[in-house]
Amino acid sequence: MANTFAFAELRAGSARKVAFETVTAARAAADATGGGEVHALVLGGPGASAAAAQLARYGADLVQVVEHPALALGNPEVFAATAAARIKAGGYRAGFFPASAQGRDLAPRVAAALDLPLASDVTGFEITGDALIARHPAYIGKAVATLRLAATPALVSLRPGAITPVEQPRAGRVEMVEPALDPAQARVVVTAVTDRGAAKLDLGEAPVVVSGGRGLKAAENFRLVEELAAAFGNAAVGATRAVTDDGWRPSTDQIGQTGRMVSPALYVAVGISGAIQHLAGMRTARVIVAINRDKDAPIFKVADYGIVGDLFEVVPRLTEAVRKAREEH
Amino acid sequence: MKIAVCIKRVPDTEMRFAIAANRTSIDPAGLKFDLSDFDGYAVEVALRLVEKQPPGEVVAITLGPDAAQETLRKALSMGVDRGIHLAAAEVPFDGLAIARALAAELKEGGYDLILFGRMATDSGNGTVGPMTAELLGLPCVNAVSGLELAEGRGTAQRELEGATETVSFPLPAVLTIDEGIARPRLPSLKGIMSAKKKPVESRPAALGPVRLTVDVLELPKERAAGRIIGEGPDAVPELIRLLREEAKVL
Repeated sequence: MANTFAFAELRAGSARKVAFETVTAARAAADATGGGEVHALVLGGPGASAAAAQLARYGADLVQVVEHPALALGNPEVFAATAAARIKAGGYRAGFFPASAQGRDLAPRVAAALDLPLASDVTGFEITGDALIARHPAYIGKAVATLRLAATPALVSLRPGAITPVEQPRAGRVEMVEPALDPAQARVVVTAVTDRGAAKLDLGEAPVVVSGGRGLKAAENFRLVEELAAAFGNAAVGATRAVTDDGWRPSTDQIGQTGRMVSPALYVAVGISGAIQHLAGMRTARVIVAINRDKDAPIFKVADYGIVGDLFEVVPRLTEAVRKAREEH
Repeated sequence: MKIAVCIKRVPDTEMRFAIAANRTSIDPAGLKFDLSDFDGYAVEVALRLVEKQPPGEVVAITLGPDAAQETLRKALSMGVDRGIHLAAAEVPFDGLAIARALAAELKEGGYDLILFGRMATDSGNGTVGPMTAELLGLPCVNAVSGLELAEGRGTAQRELEGATETVSFPLPAVLTIDEGIARPRLPSLKGIMSAKKKPVESRPAALGPVRLTVDVLELPKERAAGRIIGEGPDAVPELIRLLREEAKVL
C-alpha cells in the first residue's frame, strides 16, 4: 500500500480541469498499489482551500493547502519548493503534475530539486513492481515511446486531456500548510496574468476545434472559420503555421509540430493541405473533417469525412447547417 | 553580456522515418539532422540581445556524438562566437542525466543568461532547461514568448492556456524560448565561411545516472484511411448526417 501525490493547478482561484486529471491519475496509481491515500497540493491566494471539495470528488483523501496573498497569480519558485518539500516528506510511490504551461515549468524543477527523473508529457501509465511504465509521444507525435522510470517516487507530468477525470469521492480533509519558501524571497515574480478573452475556449480543452490554413487566402477571411466555430458553440479556433507565420493569426493559435497539440472530439480543417508539421498537432483528434479544393491534399488521407470544393462556398453552407442542427437538438 | 545557448542535434522530423531494429530508437539511415526548432529561436534571441547591447559573447553548447559538432557549426554560422561540445556517444532520454552534464559545464562559465529551446523535437521532453536551472540554483522562466532586459533584470511573457503571464526576474537566469519570439536568421555565406574558423572545444560529458529509459519505440497507430464524402456545398447535408449519426459529435 502506498500513498500518491497530485499537484492541483488553479487559475484565478478555481481548480483547472488538469487538476482533476492529476488527482484521477494519483487515485488510479494508489489503487493499483494496494489502495493508499491520494494527497493533493493546492497553492494560491486567500480562498484557495475552496478547491478542496472539488478535488475530493475526484478521489483526494487529503488536500494540503497553502494560502498566501502573494500567491494569487502563482509563484514558480514557491510552488516548486513547496511541492518538493511535500513530496520529500510524504514518502509517496508516485507524484503527478499536469504538463500544462505551469506544470511544464514546475515538474522538472521539483524533479531536479529531489534528484529524481521525470517522465514528462505522459498519455498513459501503469505501475509494475519497482518501475512505472509510461507512454509518451516522441518525435512530435510521430512515434510513441514506452518509458521505464526506475525511481521512487516516480514523478510524472500528464499531457492535458489524456486522462479522463473520474468522480470517485473521498473525504478530502483539508490541512493548511506553510509555503516551503517565503514568497518575499522568490526571485521570479509573476506580475500579471492577462486573459486573452475570457469567453474564448482554450484550444487544448475545447471539444471542437475549427482551424484555417492558407486556403483562406487572406486574414479577413478567417471570419468564415470563426463563424463556423461559433455555430458549434463549443469550438476553439486554430490555425496552421503558415498562417501564424504570416501574422494572420497570433502564434498562440498555431496547431502543429511547433505549436499546440490538440485531441478534440471533432477537428474541422478548413483550407488546410495537411503538411506533416500540422498533422503532428491534430492527428489524435477523434473525428477529422477536411474541406479543401485539392482532392489530392494530404489532409484527405487522415480525414474521416472530406469535402472537395471551394471553401468559400462550402463553409458558409456548413455553418448554416450546423446552426440549424444544433437548434433542432 | 555573456550568453550560453544550449542546443540539440535532432533528426528532421518533417521526413519519413522508420523504427530501428532494436525497437528503442529511430533508424538514422537516410535522415537529415539539424538544430532543434525551438533551439533556433534561442540562438536568435541570444544574437539579438548582444547586437542590441554590445559588447558580448554568445557560446553554443551541445551534448551528443561527434556529429553534433555540425549543429554547433550551424549556430556559429548564424553568428554565435564559439562552441562547446560535450561528447557522449548517445544522448540519454533522462533529462536529469543531461542537465547534470550541462550544469557542470555552465557552473563556472560566468554567464549572465543561459538559454534553451523550450523542448527538443525528438525526445519531446522539455525538461532539461528547468532542471539545469534548479541544479545551478538560478532563476528560471520557461517557454518565453517575449523578453526585455534592463539594468540586470528581465521581464518576460509566457503563454498560458488562454492567458499571457508576465514575469520579472533578476540576472543571471535560465530561460527556455518558445516559438514566435524572433524568427531565426538564415546563415549568410560570410557566416558560413567564418564559422569554419571559430573555436569549438570538445570534452567528455559528465552525465548523471540514467533512470528513465525507452523500453519500446513504435509508430503511432495509423488512422483509418480517409474518405471523401462528396464535392462542393451539396455534400454538406451528408456531412451533417454522418457527424450526427455515425460519429455522434453533433
